[in-house]
Amino acid sequence: MNDLLSNYLPIAVFIGVAAVIGLALLIAPFAVAYKSPDPEKLSAYECGFNAFDDARMKFDVRFYLVSILFIIFDLEVAFLFPWATVFGDIGWFGFWSMMVFLGVLTIGFVYEWKKGALEWD
Amino acid sequence: MADFWSSYLWPLIIMVAQSVLLMVVLLVVIAYILYADRKIWAAVQLRRGPNVVGPWGLFQSFADLLKFVLKEPVIPAGASKGLFLLAPLITVILSLAAWAVMPVAQGWVIADINVGILYIFAISSLSVYGIIMGGWASNSKYPFLAALRSAAQMVSYEVSIGFVIITVLLCAGSLNLSAIVHAQETRGLASLLGVPWLTVLNWYVIPLFPMFVIFFVSALAETNRPPFDLVEAESELVAGFMVEYGSTPYMMFMLGEYVAIATMCALTTILFLGGWTAPIALPPFTWIPGIFWFLLKALLVFFMFAMVKAFVPRYRYDQLMRLGWKVFLPISLFAVVAVAGFLRLTGLAP
Repeated sequence: MNDLLSNYLPIAVFIGVAAVIGLALLIAPFAVAYKSPDPEKLSAYECGFNAFDDARMKFDVRFYLVSILFIIFDLEVAFLFPWATVFGDIGWFGFWSMMVFLGVLTIGFVYEWKKGALEWD
Repeated sequence: MADFWSSYLWPLIIMVAQSVLLMVVLLVVIAYILYADRKIWAAVQLRRGPNVVGPWGLFQSFADLLKFVLKEPVIPAGASKGLFLLAPLITVILSLAAWAVMPVAQGWVIADINVGILYIFAISSLSVYGIIMGGWASNSKYPFLAALRSAAQMVSYEVSIGFVIITVLLCAGSLNLSAIVHAQETRGLASLLGVPWLTVLNWYVIPLFPMFVIFFVSALAETNRPPFDLVEAESELVAGFMVEYGSTPYMMFMLGEYVAIATMCALTTILFLGGWTAPIALPPFTWIPGIFWFLLKALLVFFMFAMVKAFVPRYRYDQLMRLGWKVFLPISLFAVVAVAGFLRLTGLAP
């Protein structure tokens, strides 16, 4: 078995075992439990009345904004991972290149803050 | 044929055996972590907690499992059936998958890959899908709103966790989890002070203490634990994105949550508390096997998780977002710069 395979195959095997356990748990009640469905039991939960309309409604744009901000910063973290790993070998040049990158992102972050993208009220 | 047997089939059998073993041990530990959580919570509130099933209620979690399996599974008429059932499955599989790279003792790891921490980071980012899918597929208002909230909460704290991990990586110089533990065993504050046997000083919890605090609080938010359990804020959203779930699909969400908590405890242990290393590298501490130290430290972190749940009142949603974006993010961003600058100036970078 080559190196790559012997390193990563165990992960696939482990996820496979997890999937088997998950599926077994999911299927178990459908196989053994008592079932008696009726329309009231199967209706969506509301506080004592029938739902007025479909639940998949419009939602606040802030949630969308937060996920965009998250993508920006998560990408930033993804760039930092390889940089942090070889930090000892890249010298002052490597240090300052990343500082410039972080500086640009910090300016963006300050702009978001001032624009009120981080406010929840 | 013999070649095929020795080079492919036999290693595969060993992998499956190791995976099953770790999985069984992990799930039993989870069962008792759940029990401990309830007992600690009860003790703080001067209650007795579960004490009926088995001696001192020790078999409570297994009785719960049996009860969940025998419950009627309900799929709401308006739900998207496939997604509705896929959501808990994804939650469980993803939360368990993180354990494939977790070193619990020297060499005791399913897959010792060299990008271990990146793998865990990726897997824990994906876990938001289970929640979003569950909330959306239910086709009910409360789960939908709770899923949005929960997703926004999880991604907000993901960012500061990422920066905190970077500060540890700068000190350790590797993405491999075993190597991070090894770095805390061999170099750090203790060797600088000339007392290399006092490994406890090497652990990153001491030089990076503020990062440890941020990581711990973010881990609470990331796993939807109190005081950040806005997902299931009973007074507002009934029970969060799992309102429509019952029977084992519900249990699988809870299982996923507790496995994620165990993952965070293990990760805190590996990143900050020196993993399986003994606090003092002298006998009799070195006679105790590494797995014992690992369990002890992880359970200590879990004890803090449980105590926070018992002590601290729930946050409001705007406070939660403020803490994540306006406090933790700037602090951890600054910490990355500060740690990198310090290591570069002193030449201590590995």
